[in-house]
Amino acid sequence: MSTTTSVLGGVVRRREDPALIQGTGLYTDDLKLNGMLHAAFVRSPYAHARITSIDSSEAEAMEGVHALYTIDDVSHLGPLVAQVAVGKARPLLADGTVNHAGEAVAMVIATDRYTAQDAADSVFVEYDVLEPVVDLKTAATDDVLVHDDLESNTLISWVGGPFGDEEAIAQTRQTIQDAKDRDDTVTVSIEMKNQKLIPSAIEPRSVVADWNGGYQRFEVHSSTQIPHALAGAIAKTFGIASNSVRAVAPEVGGGFGAKLNVYNDEILVCFASQQLGRPVKFTEQRREAAVSTIQGRGWVGTATVTGTKDGEILGYELEALCDMGAYSQNFTVAIPFLGLFVASGQYKFPCYVKLDCLTTHTMTTDAYRGAGRPEAAYYLERIIDAFAREVGVDPAEVRMKNFIPAENFPSAVSPIGFAMDTGDYHTNLQALLDEVGYEDLKAERDAARAEGRLVGLGLSSYVEVCGFGPSGLVDLGFSWSAYGLPAAFNGSGLVRVNPDATATVIIGTGPSGQGHQTTWAQIVGDQLGIPVDRIRVHHGDTNDSPMGIGTFGSRSAAVDGAATHNAAVEVRAKAAKIAAHLLEASEEDIRFENGAAHVAGSPDKSVDWAEIATAAYQPHRLAEGMTGGLEAHAVFSPANATWPFGSHLALVEVDRDSGDVTILRYVAMDDCGNVINPMIVDGQVHGGIAQGVGQAMFEDAIYDQNGNLQTAAMMDYPLPTAGDLPTFELHRTVTPSDINPLGVKGIGEAGTIGSAQTVVNAVVDALAPLGVKHVDMPLRPKTVWQAMQDAQG
Amino acid sequence: MYPRPFEYVAPTSVSDAVRELGNSDFAKIMSGGMSLIPMMKLRLLSPELVVDIGRIAGLDQITDDGDTVTIGALVRHDDTAKSELVPAALRTAAGWTGDRQVRGRGTTCGAVAHADISADQPSAVLALGGTMIVQGPDGTREIAADDFFVDVLTSALEPNEILTGIRISKNGGGSAYEKLGRRGGHTDYAVAGASAHVSMSDGHISAARVALTGVGTKPSLAHGVMEALVGSDGSEASVAEAAQRATEGVTVLEDLYGSVDYKSHLATVMVKRAVLGAIANS
Repeated sequence: MSTTTSVLGGVVRRREDPALIQGTGLYTDDLKLNGMLHAAFVRSPYAHARITSIDSSEAEAMEGVHALYTIDDVSHLGPLVAQVAVGKARPLLADGTVNHAGEAVAMVIATDRYTAQDAADSVFVEYDVLEPVVDLKTAATDDVLVHDDLESNTLISWVGGPFGDEEAIAQTRQTIQDAKDRDDTVTVSIEMKNQKLIPSAIEPRSVVADWNGGYQRFEVHSSTQIPHALAGAIAKTFGIASNSVRAVAPEVGGGFGAKLNVYNDEILVCFASQQLGRPVKFTEQRREAAVSTIQGRGWVGTATVTGTKDGEILGYELEALCDMGAYSQNFTVAIPFLGLFVASGQYKFPCYVKLDCLTTHTMTTDAYRGAGRPEAAYYLERIIDAFAREVGVDPAEVRMKNFIPAENFPSAVSPIGFAMDTGDYHTNLQALLDEVGYEDLKAERDAARAEGRLVGLGLSSYVEVCGFGPSGLVDLGFSWSAYGLPAAFNGSGLVRVNPDATATVIIGTGPSGQGHQTTWAQIVGDQLGIPVDRIRVHHGDTNDSPMGIGTFGSRSAAVDGAATHNAAVEVRAKAAKIAAHLLEASEEDIRFENGAAHVAGSPDKSVDWAEIATAAYQPHRLAEGMTGGLEAHAVFSPANATWPFGSHLALVEVDRDSGDVTILRYVAMDDCGNVINPMIVDGQVHGGIAQGVGQAMFEDAIYDQNGNLQTAAMMDYPLPTAGDLPTFELHRTVTPSDINPLGVKGIGEAGTIGSAQTVVNAVVDALAPLGVKHVDMPLRPKTVWQAMQDAQG
Repeated sequence: MYPRPFEYVAPTSVSDAVRELGNSDFAKIMSGGMSLIPMMKLRLLSPELVVDIGRIAGLDQITDDGDTVTIGALVRHDDTAKSELVPAALRTAAGWTGDRQVRGRGTTCGAVAHADISADQPSAVLALGGTMIVQGPDGTREIAADDFFVDVLTSALEPNEILTGIRISKNGGGSAYEKLGRRGGHTDYAVAGASAHVSMSDGHISAARVALTGVGTKPSLAHGVMEALVGSDGSEASVAEAAQRATEGVTVLEDLYGSVDYKSHLATVMVKRAVLGAIANS
């Protein structure tokens, strides 16, 4: 791979990697403060039970135990703050009743983590076990209510399309019914499961809280995607000013949306630190993380397509039950809403979607890479494939026939009712088909089939909505005000040029592995012409980072990146003014090149960045009226979200005897608009596809009928490793976004959104000669084998 | 992830280690620690004393004894997998054990002594008719592999005995190991696997030993298959037919990775592949 120190569109090696590889980066659990104590939690072994007594006498008598807290100690702090307050808010510790296995019942504070765990294990809690509601269809009956004080287990239903217009929705349903009633149409309907997943970041969550009684302020380090929101939530919970909390997200080892919540443990260690006057740390244990950090997905639904025999689709319906778990945390019920956003995918046909958000006695679900969008893409792209097979039209052709045409862009309105920035779906899919030699590949598959091999081809297109987002989302109820941040989803960036011709960039977002330190240096280097290795990027400390929200929803480049670009443009404009003054030239004639400002037409007349910046900090040398300093801060609120898209293809082979699936080829043609660093974009797609394949083939958060999570240990929750995956073949089309100055869209989640159904479509294609029409994920060998047995009767 | 309190000793001789084992009501031997440490961290197992045998000299060798080879207690999976002295079934099973890090620390003897049904190497040692060399307070004794695996995670070792080596016949016949892992292919614990050791004579199978991984409660011999194979011509058809008896006498248990039907079926598939592989290697 050729590397360059140039700017946008160039491969620049990740500047954070030496520290991460050599172990010199600081993660939260690395932090050791003087007098630091450790927290451990007593957790419920039951999914639903009344707590009749808690005997903590033995634990409290243990040497090294400093405190033990239950709900009685912390009820005044209220339940855990959540942005979308639909459903039951989580009490900081179980309040009389436990509502999922693993719910925190009591917190022990001790001198070390071993003692804390020993003490937690010796707390004796008596429970009166109640009937749990685990299964979604059971929850939907309301026969047993998860929470006595809620009227129904259905917390909210998201319905479209279009979203929010009941009359138009009724019209859509009638149109689809009319299509079904026609003699010349075909309707295909399948109930499918999109199973619950455990996010499993390599670094478990960790938090250290330190209350300083003298300054009356908290200093909190946390493995979080949202330090500003964490500071806001703590301030709000404790009733103190927002600037009395410093929150720092040091190195964060993966988030995937799971660290986009403020958790009860983060609030509780603050409380303990304030009570005890000592720093307190809590680091999740791996098995604990499976029940104390949010889970993702968890839908059961029926997708239906009606269309003509030549592949024109006349209507799509999706009715799904979505598992919210026991308590609503940050965005819980909003995750299916994100699915609704893209439920009609890249297509133009009428679309009716109803997503029921149900509470159950399981761990809370919330954002997990893709967050609603992989689920929506899965149902849509699976049923389109099934329809194509039923009518005997090539699945690529069916997609082409039904795409929204490129001429509808920019701002094409989807059948769900949202305006999408830019898109060119036909070109993208065609590029994939050309790249793989689609007809030849089909012939290869057919030849393998003729030999008796079970080889299949799978295809999926997808559209994503990300890059949140417009400040106006506040009016739809989406903001961070519950965390004390009135700012909606704005991004921000601060750019400063130093007198030694280096630049310091401070941003309101921060990475959990995405390579911001490199990408942002490229964004700024592009405008200033300062080499990337002379630009340092800081993030994640609310003491000095400008107000921002964080990295999630594939938003950082499109929002905070755009803000930083704008700040760099401002700095450059000021530098041009200073250079013009120093060179006694006209500002319009100043050109930046090779780290210096030149006068157009007189290349020998130049001042370099060091001279410009030095002058900036010696204001007497500046033009009359110009203020000193060479920095700018910009806030960016885009007019819309961004809508990346793409098409993926997989070639798989199934072992007839064992049901084992091998992915022979995986090819992606993504379109994320302009690309800042192709290597980082490829890396995001790699990880995204790996997680999509993980869902398709391996991962499954399995609860038994009593609501116990059977897969909390890694040995029972198989994650994909490099050895399980083929070499991904990655390609791109480029359709720039028109809503931000960089033309970027976002790539964090695209791989995940496009991949699970691509693999399932390929496996179903491989098994189609046996009569298999659908197999629910994960496609473990046993499941694939069983599908073959069932199809053969 | 935090074990309960325990004592730790690291003796430098086998006899010292045996003496240490006798000093505690609940002691566990640690060689590579790849099963013991996770179990302690999960608090599934809380020994009072951990006897680390890692510093005992001379146990890390694979010794060529002429007709036999002896794998010492501290030989890592990786070394077993790469040794030309070790028969194919065990070499393959060691190479498919865990991941690279585990293979660099975990030991063949440790995996066998742990007697985990899902682990790869016990069935290979069983099919190869290995002999366990055991040292206890009363000296050394030998246990045939056939008698070694007693029950779920339970071997014939007494609490104060150490498995110091495994002796395996080097000559005669061919052997092979096959498995399907939890993530498909050969990765992860086995959903089902089989080891076979077959000798051919005059175009017929003269001797056969076949053992199962992942199916049942302990690594066990597939006696029905062995009986059907001996005297047969070793053709694919005859092996397939013999493999149908893979789970005869074995209680197949359902788990997250397979129903009873599936695992029973998969056992026949793995047995067939392993036996055909062993014939090819013979």
